[in-house]
Amino acid sequence: MNRRNFIQSGALLGGGLLISFKIPVANKLAALNEAAEGVAFTPNAFLNIGTDNSITVVLSHVEMGQGIWTTLPMLLAEELDVDLEQITVKHSGADKAYNHNVYGVQITGGSSTTWSEFDRYRNAGATARILLTQAAARRSGVALQNCKTEKGTVIAGGKKYTYGELAADAALLPVPSKVPLRTPADWKYIGKSTKRLDAAVKTNGEAIFGMDIHFPGLLTAVVAHAPVFGGKVKSFDAGKARAVKGVRQVVEIPTGVAVIADHYYAAQQGKKALQIIWEDGVGAQLSTVKQTAAYKKLAATNGLTAQQKGDVAIALAKSAKVIKAEYVFPYLAHAPMEPLNCTVKIDKDSCEIWTGTQLPGGEQAAAAKILGLAPEKVKINIPFLGGGFGRRATPATDFVSEAVHIAKACGKPIKMVWSREDDMKSGHYRPFFVHNVTTGLDSKGMPIAWKHNIVGQSIMKAATPAFGPPQNPIDDTSVEGVKGSPYLTSVPDHFVGLHNTDEVVPVLWFRSVGHTHTAYVMETMMDELAHNAGQDPVEYRRSFFKEHPRHLAALNLVTEKGNWKKALPKGRYKGVAVTEAFGSFVATIAEVSILNGQVKVHKIDCAIDCGLAVNPEGVKAQSESGIIFGLTMALYGELTLEGGKLQQNNFYDYKIARMNETPEINVYIVESNGKMGGAGECAVPPTAPAIANAVFAATGKRIYNLPVMNHKLTEQA
Amino acid sequence: MKKLIVFSFILFTLSLIILSFKTETPNNAGQLVVRKDSVASVKAFKKVYTVLMSARCMNCHPSGDVPLQGDDSHLHTMGPKRGIDGKGVYAMKCSNCHQATNTPGLHTPPGNPNWHLPPANMRMVFQGRTPRQLAKQLIDPKQNGNKDLKKLIEHADDGLVLSGWNPGEGRKLPPMSHAEFKKAWLTWLSTGAYAPSK
Amino acid sequence: MVSLTINGVQRQIDADPDMPLLWVIRDILGMTGTKFGCGVAQCGACTVHLNGEAVRSCVTKVSRAAGQQITTIEGLSVNNNHVLQKAWVEFDVPQCGYCQSGQLMSAAVLLRENPNPTDQDIDDAMSGNICRCGTYPRIRAAIHQAAKMQQEGAKS
Repeated sequence: MNRRNFIQSGALLGGGLLISFKIPVANKLAALNEAAEGVAFTPNAFLNIGTDNSITVVLSHVEMGQGIWTTLPMLLAEELDVDLEQITVKHSGADKAYNHNVYGVQITGGSSTTWSEFDRYRNAGATARILLTQAAARRSGVALQNCKTEKGTVIAGGKKYTYGELAADAALLPVPSKVPLRTPADWKYIGKSTKRLDAAVKTNGEAIFGMDIHFPGLLTAVVAHAPVFGGKVKSFDAGKARAVKGVRQVVEIPTGVAVIADHYYAAQQGKKALQIIWEDGVGAQLSTVKQTAAYKKLAATNGLTAQQKGDVAIALAKSAKVIKAEYVFPYLAHAPMEPLNCTVKIDKDSCEIWTGTQLPGGEQAAAAKILGLAPEKVKINIPFLGGGFGRRATPATDFVSEAVHIAKACGKPIKMVWSREDDMKSGHYRPFFVHNVTTGLDSKGMPIAWKHNIVGQSIMKAATPAFGPPQNPIDDTSVEGVKGSPYLTSVPDHFVGLHNTDEVVPVLWFRSVGHTHTAYVMETMMDELAHNAGQDPVEYRRSFFKEHPRHLAALNLVTEKGNWKKALPKGRYKGVAVTEAFGSFVATIAEVSILNGQVKVHKIDCAIDCGLAVNPEGVKAQSESGIIFGLTMALYGELTLEGGKLQQNNFYDYKIARMNETPEINVYIVESNGKMGGAGECAVPPTAPAIANAVFAATGKRIYNLPVMNHKLTEQA
Repeated sequence: MKKLIVFSFILFTLSLIILSFKTETPNNAGQLVVRKDSVASVKAFKKVYTVLMSARCMNCHPSGDVPLQGDDSHLHTMGPKRGIDGKGVYAMKCSNCHQATNTPGLHTPPGNPNWHLPPANMRMVFQGRTPRQLAKQLIDPKQNGNKDLKKLIEHADDGLVLSGWNPGEGRKLPPMSHAEFKKAWLTWLSTGAYAPSK
Repeated sequence: MVSLTINGVQRQIDADPDMPLLWVIRDILGMTGTKFGCGVAQCGACTVHLNGEAVRSCVTKVSRAAGQQITTIEGLSVNNNHVLQKAWVEFDVPQCGYCQSGQLMSAAVLLRENPNPTDQDIDDAMSGNICRCGTYPRIRAAIHQAAKMQQEGAKS
């Protein structure tokens, strides 16, 4: 680490000094990224200690519910030796200093924040603590080894200095290249359940989301989008819209027609009064019925090889029994509670943006390009995100670019607000997928052949603006969970194929990405095979986990805590699923009953092995969250298209699980020394298959196409 | 023998019903003169029944404590409960969402100043009732909200009943106009309020 | 002009009487604790109290609120000390936090009308509020805890 990275910057408003400790870490993907050229100067990196004794932790990742507003400060506070109460937390802006350690761009996603920042934030804290201690030693004349830190102070002999008092001196000291970190035995925060630091402001209305930005002169913009994917404005008449009280301007932008008004209500009234003739384009041909048929046809043929061993055709021919299944998964909308929005203020040669984004650098670059500015002239401010689930990490930068176009066209600061309908119909969905699976079994019912073809749009192709064009035609996000599955690797002859498709409907990662469908296929198929073999589904799975201790540990814990072997009361049925996603291993048991032709989920038990759980309560909260998300997806999640138009609009036809549908949930954390994995997405994948397997136990019916609500269920006597 | 008993029971019930109406004088029954005509009455009720069992009426006369919703009469999303007074419970009272008038737009809450379900002690269930069951229930003061003939007649013009014909954007109307319904309703009542055989 | 009393303060608003209360609160008064989620009374993010009832402000015309008492999340307590707010923090309820103003305003009506709610009562009161983060189990636990705190507070 060189001197340049340790910066003393200008005066604070209050007259004190702003000290920034910046701890850049070599970028593993630097070769792919401009970051290789060196990290730009930024006044704020991970930690600021003001002479007023303010301690500010700056987050390289954004808080969208997953709890990193608490976890990252925990990591830093652990080494800095401060109480969490002393810390102020804030999001960073867009800056390469905050690029993801592994992904090479500034992004929050992949359930990766905690493990990817585990060293960086601890090092930031430890480095600062050493410098502050050295500063205290110098000032007091007490030998360094006789100085110690305690809750934001350095005690040097009989003297005690706050970190703030030492900050200016510390900033002038050379930065050590390597700092010792505390051993786990000394951890005060790490591994201990710690209350969320953002809970209070999220209970009294103080928390500011993108939607809440307001300043004098800010107008509200709404947009009329093409009703058909890929459609364009042919012509429009804004006369009536302009006549609406409060409407200031109507402008055409590349993605539609924007109405700018004093407030949202007037803007919406104006939008309703717009008369637009649309050019539908080829998208008008698209329908779910046709897409299903076409994808099924494709899935019956072998795609590009994603994984192969032996000769599956020969093995299938030799099999004692063959089981075939075809699975269909619809498009899904993320539907975060805060509809997408973005505030843009363009000045003479700069621009300021306020938006909830998981991908700030991408938004910055896109805005700069639209405005013909250098990226550093675009300042990105990130308030709290009212949910993300992947939707606010859009490499195509759709909603931010749109807002920038509006601000540019109307020449005024605007807050673009999408209605719930705009949010739902805007695309960037979990792709529509079809799987075709043929398994060949030996006489004992164990798989000896497995042919598996997957059809769907490539998310990584859609992510090209952020990550560059895919280097490999096999998009791992399409096949993850099938490729590398512990079940499949033990099958001597197998083939996994992928057909990448192209549609006008834009696609995007959706909480747990490929695992949303692959886990469902693998875990319901394993259940089917276990049933066929006349074996208990837990025992059957265990036979595949001899080389997979973490799968087994999660399964063992959940079956023990969830009393798998205990008979349920009449009318109750259970199902199980085990998955690995984002480096964590999760086993889930669902308990259901059938009521009025529909499934009612009563209880979900879940065990997660994520390695070290930095904030165990946070891991539990994220697992609960993932379970509810998975339950919604399993029971209700479905978007359909007709004539290129999305048929769903709002929560009345895109249902989200509510309080009265919430089962009892128990989350157990596996005590593990394994490599750290994620938490945010990992409980989603096993939820839907566990429910579907319980539905099978209740009804004898396998569900091959989600959501479950489309199936009329009857309890099997 | 069994048939005869059933038949006489029906006769007995009918006469009770008719007797109960005979206590009404034409004046306080809104100029309605009851002229018994079982054929015309049953015919009129069949029309009435199609209206009452349409989504616009039945949705607020559910068999359970959760109202129904939509033209397909599914259980109301979010499961609002009837409550003692029929006006919902806690944070889910009808008027928390249902305004005095229809909210503009598709799938927005329809409105009425008096939006409610029948109260818990007088649930007036339509859902699942056969024509016969519903007809008998409608004229039984113990099951119809203590309505006598006059009040039954008036009920055809009740604000909430009328709102069935002003259901808000995108919702299907009852199978006939309010005028036709009212005519059938009055015909049914004035011809003796006979219940169909099933 | 419409006269509104919000969190005890009387305000004169120049707005179309049909304008939803939500947008008056957010865009005219600049009080942003009350959230926009769906616009059609499906999600409950916009819940405020109108004379103590948990109305969905996105479908409530401002004319309905004229001269009435309105309480928003900012007015639920003086110092973030409503038993529900305390319980929400204690149980780490919020995740993204966007829906929580509405959840709290709904829960406050439940707790006022039923000091000792059962799980069924919580279902009956809270199913009008969507949380996409799925904080429901924690909301349930926090409501039970708040009820306990309320009862203990009443005793002491």
